[in-house]
Amino acid sequence: MDESLTLLGFGPEGWGKALLNGGLMTLAVSACAFALGLGLGTLCAWARIAGSMPIQRLAQGYGVLMRGIPDLLVIYLFYFGGRQIASAVAKQFGYTGPVEISGFAAGCLAIGLLSGATQAEVLRGAFHAIAPGTLEAARVTGMGRWTMFRRIIAPLALRTALPGLGNQWQSVIKESALVSVTGLVETLRAVTVAANSTELPFLFFLAGGAIYLAITTVSGFVFRIAEWRSMRGQPAAAGRG
Amino acid sequence: MDFAFIAQVFPKLLAGLPLTLLLAVLSLLGGGLIALGLSGLRASSWIGARIADFYVYIFRGTPLLIQIFLIYYGLAQFPAVRHSVFWPLLREPYVCAVLALMLNDAAYTSEILRGGLRAVSSGAIEAARVAGMTRLTMLRRIVLPLAFRQALPAYGAEITSMVKATSLASVVTLMEVTGIARAEVSETYRAIEIFLCAAVIYLVLVTVIARAVDALEQHLSPYRRPAGARSVA
Repeated sequence: MDESLTLLGFGPEGWGKALLNGGLMTLAVSACAFALGLGLGTLCAWARIAGSMPIQRLAQGYGVLMRGIPDLLVIYLFYFGGRQIASAVAKQFGYTGPVEISGFAAGCLAIGLLSGATQAEVLRGAFHAIAPGTLEAARVTGMGRWTMFRRIIAPLALRTALPGLGNQWQSVIKESALVSVTGLVETLRAVTVAANSTELPFLFFLAGGAIYLAITTVSGFVFRIAEWRSMRGQPAAAGRG
Repeated sequence: MDFAFIAQVFPKLLAGLPLTLLLAVLSLLGGGLIALGLSGLRASSWIGARIADFYVYIFRGTPLLIQIFLIYYGLAQFPAVRHSVFWPLLREPYVCAVLALMLNDAAYTSEILRGGLRAVSSGAIEAARVAGMTRLTMLRRIVLPLAFRQALPAYGAEITSMVKATSLASVVTLMEVTGIARAEVSETYRAIEIFLCAAVIYLVLVTVIARAVDALEQHLSPYRRPAGARSVA
């Protein structure tokens, strides 16, 4: 037991710092992917709500595609596919050596695309929950489309979307573990390295699980507080506690 | 697009489809059984409910990949496991992958089941009790069918998500569709063509399953059909 604590600690023998860095990298990948997904999701929700027929179809097709392909395959496609394209481009310029691309970028892009499809659904539902009268009132007061989005639609829709977005954030954190296949040293990769060199896989994978659990639990609390705050000033019946 | 190459790779990938399906079916069956057990545990006592909650919290709060690694690589750390009668089984990546998928699926399925069970009206239960049904008969003929119908859309999503999750088994060397694709890529370096082919296979599979679940849902909801259609059905 003492030995385990030393190994997980921050001393010269300990892997604590490596695991902490891994945890921070998990957060960084997740945050970038989630932000990308939120942007894409907003665009897609807008396309599905107000786009012309072909644009609606396009957004719909993107959703079907992303919900039908395993996450791991999408990451492989971006990482190894990206490398294939990069080397083809490099060859055009006369460079024939191996080309490396960033696991971080490929991972963020892949998970962001995956998450964007689900976030689009969440945001679309939230938009439809806005009372038509509210939008009408905004239009009547002479708001432009952008002002209306910024001051009416976004705040109201975000409030409804918050629980769904919270769920998405949780799945993005868990999906980020798959980025370890690109060699990016996030939590899972860090604990795998530690497990291999200490030959104590159970201890370190358990520690890795604890890191993910800590991240998902703390962010669950943060989202719950945000939900509670966003419901201030609402009648109790409409609030969710 | 090199169609000759695709035509050559596609059948190779399809050879992994039976394993993908087997992994999905086994883990859904096992996961469903464990989920039923968790529901029983939850209904049994306060402590049982806390244990079930804790199980769900752990398995939903951590990535599936780390669960697979913990079982496949982690358990081997203990000499007691390596010398036990289960070792010939736990050494197999296949068994470990199914075990991890099963335990993971159980956590999600039990939550879906909980939602379905909550939707069974107390009137229906009261009526069954008044009609003199025993607990087991009531569970079998009233509660579970109603809960199943209610939970079907969410469970359909869980089925497709498990089919996709089987791709993680490739990380512990299993040669299902993704595993074969990965091996082909390391031989030919043609990542885009091969991974896209694999993606098409999953896409078709997931679409077929989603359609089937939709059809089942329609079939189980005669009250939603127009009156004329009901007499035909």
